[in-house]
Amino acid sequence: MSGRDAIMNRIRNVLNATDAEDDPRRVAASARIDFPPRGVIPARGQLGLDGRIKLFKKMAETAAATVEKVSGPGEVPKRLAAYLRKHNLGAKLRMGSDKRLRSMPWAEERALQVAIGPSDGSDEVTVSHALAGIAETGTLALASGRDNPTTLNLLPEHHIVVVNAKDITGDMETMLDMLRERFGKGVMPRTLNVITGPSRSADIEQTLLLGAHGPRALHIVIVGGK
Amino acid sequence: MQITSPTFKANAHEALHDAQLQRALGNVRSGFIHKRAKAVGALPEFEELRDNAKAIKDHVLEHLDIYLETYEKKVEDAGGKVHWAETAAEARGIILDICRMNNARTVTKGKSMLTEEIELNDFLEASGIQPVETDLGEYIIQLRGEHPSHIIAPAVHLNKDQVEQDFRRVHTEFAQDRDLTEPEQLLSEARQVLRQKYFDADVGITGANFLVAETGTSIIVTNEGNGDLTQTLPRVHIVVASIEKVVPTLDDAAQILRVLARSATGQEASVYTTLSTGPRRDNDPDGPEEYHVILLDNGRSAMLGTEFQDALRCIRCGACINHCPVYHAVGGHAYGWVYPGPIGAVVTPSLVGVDKAGHLPNASTFCGRCESVCPMRIPLPKMMRHWREKEFERGLNPAVARYGLKFWLWFAKRPRLYRLATYLAMPVMGLFGGHKRRFRFLPFAGGWVRYRDLPAPEGRTFMQQWRDRQTINQDARG
Ligand code: SF4
Repeated sequence: MSGRDAIMNRIRNVLNATDAEDDPRRVAASARIDFPPRGVIPARGQLGLDGRIKLFKKMAETAAATVEKVSGPGEVPKRLAAYLRKHNLGAKLRMGSDKRLRSMPWAEERALQVAIGPSDGSDEVTVSHALAGIAETGTLALASGRDNPTTLNLLPEHHIVVVNAKDITGDMETMLDMLRERFGKGVMPRTLNVITGPSRSADIEQTLLLGAHGPRALHIVIVGGK
Repeated sequence: MQITSPTFKANAHEALHDAQLQRALGNVRSGFIHKRAKAVGALPEFEELRDNAKAIKDHVLEHLDIYLETYEKKVEDAGGKVHWAETAAEARGIILDICRMNNARTVTKGKSMLTEEIELNDFLEASGIQPVETDLGEYIIQLRGEHPSHIIAPAVHLNKDQVEQDFRRVHTEFAQDRDLTEPEQLLSEARQVLRQKYFDADVGITGANFLVAETGTSIIVTNEGNGDLTQTLPRVHIVVASIEKVVPTLDDAAQILRVLARSATGQEASVYTTLSTGPRRDNDPDGPEEYHVILLDNGRSAMLGTEFQDALRCIRCGACINHCPVYHAVGGHAYGWVYPGPIGAVVTPSLVGVDKAGHLPNASTFCGRCESVCPMRIPLPKMMRHWREKEFERGLNPAVARYGLKFWLWFAKRPRLYRLATYLAMPVMGLFGGHKRRFRFLPFAGGWVRYRDLPAPEGRTFMQQWRDRQTINQDARG
C-alpha cells in the first residue's frame, strides 16, 4: 500500500467517509470551494476610496514603508529620479515589462538608466507595479510574470512599488476577488507576493532591524486618487 | 535530534541556573506579550476572527480527506508534484531522491519546524548535501550546532555577544578586527554571506503555513524575506508540509493570517506572505522550474478522532509559548524535543510517545494563559490533563505519586472519615510546626520544601469554618 493510501484510509476510517457523490461532506466541501464564505471582515478598511487611500498610507508607514502620492502616471519618473537623488542612489532602475510602467515618460529623465527584466541580485533599486493595495494593513499584492518578475520584489536594496489608487481595496478578501477575476477562478500566478513594509528581523535579542534578506527600504507611489 | 524530554527535570534545573539563558529569556517576557496585547487591542474583530479561525480548522479536520484530494489535484493541474509520506524517514527519502535527481550539492532552507521534526539537516549532511538555513535565527543556531529553542524565534536563548563569537569563528573571509558589536552589523554580515548561498543553491526547501485546496497553493509567512528568496532562486522548490495545513480557500487563509501575525509577533501583518503555485510558467522570467510538495503525516492522522484532535488546529504561532510561565523560567531546550511550551507539552507525547515525554504535560502550573491567548482556541490545559491521566493509567509516573494519589482518592471518597482525620490532624500538625509555625521538611515532598516552607495549619479546618459561615449567613438572612 502506498503512503498516500495508508494516510487516506486512516483519515477516511475516522471520518466514516464514503465514495458516494452525494456524501454530505463532499457536497459541503465543494460548495465551500466554489463559493468561498466571506468570513469576518474588519470594519477598519470598509471605507470610500479616499478613506482607503488614507488608511493604506497610514498603515504602510506604520510598517516602515514610505509613501508618496502623484496625480498621474506621467509624474512617476520625475518623482523616482528625485527619490534616487534624495537617498544618494545611482541613477539606475530595473523593472519588468508591465505596460503601465513602460509607458511612463522615462526618457524625460535624461540621466536615468532603465533596465528591463528579472534581477540577478546586482540591482540597487527596482520598480514594480502592484496588482492591488490593501488598506486594512498597508499591504501590497504583486503577481509574478514578465510584467513584474518576483526577483524584483526581493533582491534590491530599495524596492519601489507603483499602485493605482483605484486598486486599493479595503481588505485582503477583496484583493483575492480581483485575483480571481484577473487569472480565473482557482488559478493563480506562479507567485503572489503579499508585502507589508520592508524586510526585517528581530532574531538578535529581539531587537527589530530593517533589511534582513529582502529590501531595506520599500517606497510606495500611489497614482491617482485625491 | 536526540530526545531529551525524559530528563526534563534535570534540563530545567540546569536552565534555571544558566545566567546567560535567564538574561535572554527576559526578552521573551518583556517583548512578545506586550506586542501581542497591543495588536489585539487595535482590532475589535479579533475575538470573532479567532472563533472563525477555529471553525475553519474544525471544518477542515472533518473534511480532511476531501480537501487533501482537491489540493493534490490542483497542484498537479498547475504542473507541480505531490508526494505523500507517512513517516519522517519516508519524507527524508523523497527529499533526497529529488535532490539527487537534480545533482544538488547545496540546499537553502526557509524556516520550517517540520523539517526540524524530521531531522532533515543531519540527514542531508550525512548524504553529502549541504543544507543552509536562511532565517537569521536558524542560521545562527545552525552555526552553533544547536536546535531552535522557540518555534518562531529560534535563537531567542542567545545574546548578541554569543552570535558575534560564532560569526568570527565561521566567517573567516572577513577582517578579524571588524566591528561586530551592534546587532545591525551582525545582520548585515549575515545578509551578505547568505545572499550568495541563495544563488548557489540547487534546491530550496520551505515549509508551509497553509496549503490551499481551492488553488493548489502553498503559503509561507516571513519577515526577513528569506523563505521567499529560497523558493524563488533555486531551480527546484520543495515544500514540506504536514497534512493538517490544508485549508479550503484563499479567503480561509486570509482569515487565519489575521490572527497568526498578531498572535505571533504582534504585527498587523507579517512582511512577506508568499503564495506559490506550481513551477514557473512558460513566460515567467524567474521562479523554480520544478515544484514538489511533500505531504507528511508523521502521527497526525492518528490524532484525528481522539481527545487530541483539537491540537491539529495549531498554526504554530508561538503565543502559548510566549505567555507560559514555565517556558519563561526554563526556555525551550529543556523540553527536549522540537516543540517547546504548552503546545510542545501536548504534541510531543503524541508524536514521540508519552513514555518519553510524560514530564512535559506535568510541567504546568495550569494557569490557563496558553489557552486564553491561543488564536485557535486549543484547550491546551485540558489536553495536558488527558496526558496525565494516560500516564497514570499506564503506570508511568513514580510509585510515590501513584500510591499517594490512590491513598488520597480512597480518603476523598469517604468524606466523614476525611473530615475526622483532618480535624484530628490539624492540632497535631500545628504542634509539629514549631514556634515558627512552618515546616522545613516534609516526607515525600522534598522538592517542594527545598525552595519554600509549608505553613503549619492554624486554627480550624476549612469544613469547620464553612459551617460557621453558613450559620452566620443564615442568621443574617433569618
Ligand atoms: S497551540 Fe495555539 S497558541 Fe500555541 S502555537 Fe499553536 S496556535 Fe499558537
